[in-house]
Amino acid sequence: MAAGGGIDPIHQFHITEIVALKPFGLNLSFTNTSLWMVIVLATVSAIMVYGSSQRAVVPGRLQSLAEMIYEFVASTLTGVMGKEGMKFFPFVFSLFSFVLASNMLGMIPGSFTVTSQIIVTAAFAVLVISVVLVYGIVKHGSHFFGLFVPSGVPGWLLPFMVLIEVVSFLSRPVSLSLRLFGNMLAGHIALKVFGGFVVALIAAGGAATIIAPLPLLLAVALTALEFLVAFLQAYVFAILTCVYLNDALHPGH
Amino acid sequence: MAIASFATLLAGAAQAATPGLSGEKASFPPFDPAHFASNLFWLAITFGALYWLMSKVALPRLGSVLEERAETIGRDLDQATQMQAKAEDMAQAYEKALAEARKNAQGIAQAARETGAKESDAKRHATEAELAGKLAKAEASIAKTKTKAMGNVRDLGSDIAVAIVAKLTGQAPSATEAAEAVDQALTQG
Repeated sequence: MAAGGGIDPIHQFHITEIVALKPFGLNLSFTNTSLWMVIVLATVSAIMVYGSSQRAVVPGRLQSLAEMIYEFVASTLTGVMGKEGMKFFPFVFSLFSFVLASNMLGMIPGSFTVTSQIIVTAAFAVLVISVVLVYGIVKHGSHFFGLFVPSGVPGWLLPFMVLIEVVSFLSRPVSLSLRLFGNMLAGHIALKVFGGFVVALIAAGGAATIIAPLPLLLAVALTALEFLVAFLQAYVFAILTCVYLNDALHPGH
Repeated sequence: MAIASFATLLAGAAQAATPGLSGEKASFPPFDPAHFASNLFWLAITFGALYWLMSKVALPRLGSVLEERAETIGRDLDQATQMQAKAEDMAQAYEKALAEARKNAQGIAQAARETGAKESDAKRHATEAELAGKLAKAEASIAKTKTKAMGNVRDLGSDIAVAIVAKLTGQAPSATEAAEAVDQALTQG
């Protein structure tokens, strides 16, 4: 956040190309987003792969952390889907860890928040819904579409109910992606704006300089809140993924 | 979402306050489609790699470690329960043996006491009987000696009586008369 750009709160979301890569007229350049995706991958891998490399029955610090994350996601998943949901465990775990690491690394001043790019969160949401659709149809066939037909509804009301169910199903990827994107974006903008206020007030001089610590205090409080939001949004993303996958596992109301 | 709208308002305010800095930005970067392909491409690579690493390496490893630990703990707990049961059994057996031994010891002590008492009683009785026999014998010999002595006294008495009467009267009584008189005196005296 401190990286250049004065007090422009949008500057932190700018994508800059590091290595230009444009095959077949497609822009596949390695950008700062790509760099932070790789850092996210490296961080999660360091904790999970290196942390579990000892396979100790009595775990060390890193292995304890890895086990804690493992058991947290596993209990969240089994809480929603039951034991049979464990077949989706690697998928949900990867989503949760990627989103959590992106959000948390984004809190480092000067870093880049991968999840503040709507295309990233949208890709995740589409991926989740695709898995739900493909697994649901492969596993249950046409029975899967019973998901859109609530039971115990009078016949004349049924078309409307089905329409509402379909719309609510289609709005899931939209809300899933926008929730994460919006929270990350807004949080970082708010932090930047309050940081900017401090600079602006000090630059103004005189009486304004005296009240400059006030937005600073707010920025500190907001930072704490943003850490909470960073974790909470990853958790919400994971638990909603579980809820949607549960529909694929057990369709019908 | 309330935070989001609040922040958007603030961002708007900040932009309005500094038109020179943000005015030149044509589009909002997260919505700029120029980088969508690149982002998607690298997301697919990194997320694919993460999924592969998690599902093939990290998660099975951690799962087996956790399972192994749960098994080890369960086994140890079972063992501990078994050991405890065994120890309790042993303690009970010990208590039982102790109680039995105590009972036995009491029986033995009782028997020893009884036989001891019987033996000493028998010994005492034997000694008493012996002593009584000796006493009776002694008494008999005393009585015999006494009768003999008394007999001697009577003879002597009658002799003396004969002598005294002869001296006094000049006439000696017969020995039988003197003996009768002595006997009479003895029985009276």
